[in-house]
Amino acid sequence: MRRWSWSRVWLHVLAVLLALWVIVPIYLIAVAAFSPRDVIYKYPKPLFPTQVSLETMLFFIRSSGVLDSVRRSIVVALLTLAVSMAVGAPAGYALARYVFPGRDTFRIAIVSTRAFPIVILSIPLAVSFINLGLYDSVISVALMHTALALPFTILVTSSVFASVPVDLEEAAMTLGCSRLGAFWRISLPLTLPGLAAAAIFTFVLSWNEVFAAAILTLRNRTLPAHVLSVLNESPLPFRFAGGFFLLVPALIFMLFIRRYLFNLWGRVVR
Amino acid sequence: MTRKMNWEPYLLLLPSFFYLIFFFGWPMLQAFSLALRGEDGGWTLAHIQRMVNDTFFREAVITTIALIVAILPIQFLVALAMALVVNARPRGAGLFLYFYAVPLAISDLAAGIVWFAIFTQRGYLNTILQAIGLIEKPIIFLNYQKPLWVLMAIVIAEVWRATAIIMVILVAGLQSIPNDYLEAAEIFGAGLFERVTQIILPLLRPSLQVALILRTILAFQAFAVVVALAGQGATVLAKEAYKWYTDIRNPHVAAAYAGLIMVLSIATTVFYLRTLRTPEEVSL
Amino acid sequence: MAEIRIQNVWKTFGKVVAVKDVTLTVEDREFVILLGPSGCGKTTLLRCISGLEQVDRGTISIGGRDVTNLPPRRRGIAMVFQSYAVFPHMTVFDNIAFGLRMKKLPKDEIERRVRDAAALMHIEDLLDRYPAQLSGGQRQRVAVARAIAVQSEVLLMDEPLSNLDALLRLEMRAELKRLFTELETTVVYVTHDQVEAMSMGDRIAVMREGEILQFDTPVRVYDYPADRFIGGFIGNPPMNFLVADVEDGRVVVHGTPIEVPPLVLEHLKPPRTLVGIRAENIELFTEQQEGAIPVQVLVVEPLGSHNLVTARADGDIIKVNTPADLRLAPDQRVWIRFVPEKIRWFDAQTGKALPVDYQAVEAARVG
Repeated sequence: MRRWSWSRVWLHVLAVLLALWVIVPIYLIAVAAFSPRDVIYKYPKPLFPTQVSLETMLFFIRSSGVLDSVRRSIVVALLTLAVSMAVGAPAGYALARYVFPGRDTFRIAIVSTRAFPIVILSIPLAVSFINLGLYDSVISVALMHTALALPFTILVTSSVFASVPVDLEEAAMTLGCSRLGAFWRISLPLTLPGLAAAAIFTFVLSWNEVFAAAILTLRNRTLPAHVLSVLNESPLPFRFAGGFFLLVPALIFMLFIRRYLFNLWGRVVR
Repeated sequence: MTRKMNWEPYLLLLPSFFYLIFFFGWPMLQAFSLALRGEDGGWTLAHIQRMVNDTFFREAVITTIALIVAILPIQFLVALAMALVVNARPRGAGLFLYFYAVPLAISDLAAGIVWFAIFTQRGYLNTILQAIGLIEKPIIFLNYQKPLWVLMAIVIAEVWRATAIIMVILVAGLQSIPNDYLEAAEIFGAGLFERVTQIILPLLRPSLQVALILRTILAFQAFAVVVALAGQGATVLAKEAYKWYTDIRNPHVAAAYAGLIMVLSIATTVFYLRTLRTPEEVSL
Repeated sequence: MAEIRIQNVWKTFGKVVAVKDVTLTVEDREFVILLGPSGCGKTTLLRCISGLEQVDRGTISIGGRDVTNLPPRRRGIAMVFQSYAVFPHMTVFDNIAFGLRMKKLPKDEIERRVRDAAALMHIEDLLDRYPAQLSGGQRQRVAVARAIAVQSEVLLMDEPLSNLDALLRLEMRAELKRLFTELETTVVYVTHDQVEAMSMGDRIAVMREGEILQFDTPVRVYDYPADRFIGGFIGNPPMNFLVADVEDGRVVVHGTPIEVPPLVLEHLKPPRTLVGIRAENIELFTEQQEGAIPVQVLVVEPLGSHNLVTARADGDIIKVNTPADLRLAPDQRVWIRFVPEKIRWFDAQTGKALPVDYQAVEAARVG
């Protein structure tokens, strides 16, 4: 094995320190969430999970309104995922595959929506939704979240589709496929993992979003909106367990999509 | 010259186009209409005046901007360090990248709660400080009387949560810099510091610009972290908008805040694009 | 019967005219090469034949059927792509079977045809592999096998060899030529490699800027380039071009008069004409000769079988092939003489070849 130079050593020290900076807070909230309730009020706190217990987590989950809001959050996230893929993926495909007048304009328009604080638009939308009778429903939140996710979905799916060479579809067309058939048999199977990663990210985006959800709902809150609205009146165990609960999907989903990180973000921005 | 017009791409774009008109373009106009029109439908500056004259307005504006000024430089340093580390391919580079990127999927609310668990009086920071003997009794960090401490906590939580996005953009940018350039610089005698400042940073300029714009826009919307860490102790623009809408039930003033955030965002974007114009072309 | 008839076809992309009023007929079972530098429109023309591009104007018929407005799948063609376009998520077998399954052929028929095509391309052992496990050359073979398996009457090939390394290209060139003689399909083959064009095609269509400049057999295109561009593009080294003075029915190159055939004499336009001569058709002498032009040696490049000498006569640079054993030094003064019947004549203004009496040429060759 090659002898490690000092710069290699320092590189690894720095790498580990930066990783600890990210991981340690997650570790601490996990320790807190799986401590019994009386330990949570204790001071000084144990830094290691001495007494692992589900008591705190169960307390959170059984608190009134939590389970319903979890269910709503999942429904909203799935709706967002479905609508933004159904609406955005065709546009992504068009941007990736066709050369047509207005293509660049559309692309720039989509990219520049990122310069707008889209969630803030939930305030005027809430007023409209009240008039339409959609206010305080999962649909209203899903519609807003889709608007939030759509530019992202369009750009990501377009880069995912662009990663499949046009030649492959054209080859299929010379071998007897229609354009739709070529998409179905060639592009779709090849882009499925990338599209799934985009979908997962959309799901996380919606699961995490709190401002618009809190504005657009009153009684039918999503999980983050519910936690936010009761946060400052809640006991510590509720807060810690809630924080950890909100964080879990993030950790799991990141594991799934880490291979596509740069497809999702790296290429979107260039 | 073209004999046939191909309508396929337009058909594919149509749903997105209409969706964004209805749920992006129209509410944007609606926001200004709400903020600038009275109950009778006439134009008025009353809502704006009410916003500006509100007790919390000044604090919200100052805090929001102070947070941006404090957070962004730290974030860019940390993100650059992470990106350079990942790009230097340490052992387990993939794992490090995953760790660094995890906060990408963590919500601002969850991040706020995580750091609340650390900064609260009976929290982990006090536990650790006392364990190593730096303090004798717990410090109250999140105290209304000490707004600077509260702001610091928010800065740390935001740096923790929102650095990942910059890191990913920078890593992607770094990967597009051919290794030849760095090797050539090394041959001509450039050390690590020179390579970073002379080669990497100038070539990363487009990526830095994109990251800067994205981060600033998001920072103007800072909300849940502030609620979780400061409670009623500090306020920012988005929090005021939320308060006016849900607690005070005045959508007009809330829309005025929304409009203000929008105007600030667009102004900063334009400012960045003008001052940081990249040599070739502006790539947002 | 699958003759391809292209009539007055135009294709533009925005403001760029890629194919400009092209008319071309490819005979049944003929092997036609579309040759030209990059951007000359050869690939676009091929894609118009395939139906991957819609023509703006003009008509294309295949086997007497007007296919101008048909999608690729209804044109009875198969195509090999420059990038091979082998489907990465299918095995070699499934790739070759793809077109056959689209035709809904019975299973045993598909099996048989896939094996036949694979055998022709010597890839029977690779049928279960995925493209990622194959080398570039093997992928190339899969792409060709996939195209020949459908047994279409027309086979279109877009620079199929350009991504292979030099040695493989040489091998595949011979193999494809043998294959197409056996298969008896009509082939349109796009390349920018003049050696490929010369060695493989029955006829070559040389293109530039969207137009076909010359459509003829390889030997004719080489020997009688229709204009200065073709003479320079085909052959290595390119044909030498020298400006000659026309005086009282005589042509003088660097002070030395040269012989002019009667037909050329009729069309010469004083005061100048352009003389073209290939490197191998120039004799070089180390001593002064009757009717030879004095030149100065600049560079001698030994190529093994012969030497390539670059020489200068006033402002003109001339390339000459010399025997490998002839020793020459830079700056040496030597004399060159053009083989009279190999001199080609061009209009000095337009660069177009002056009329040639091919019948006389053929007669002379036979005689």
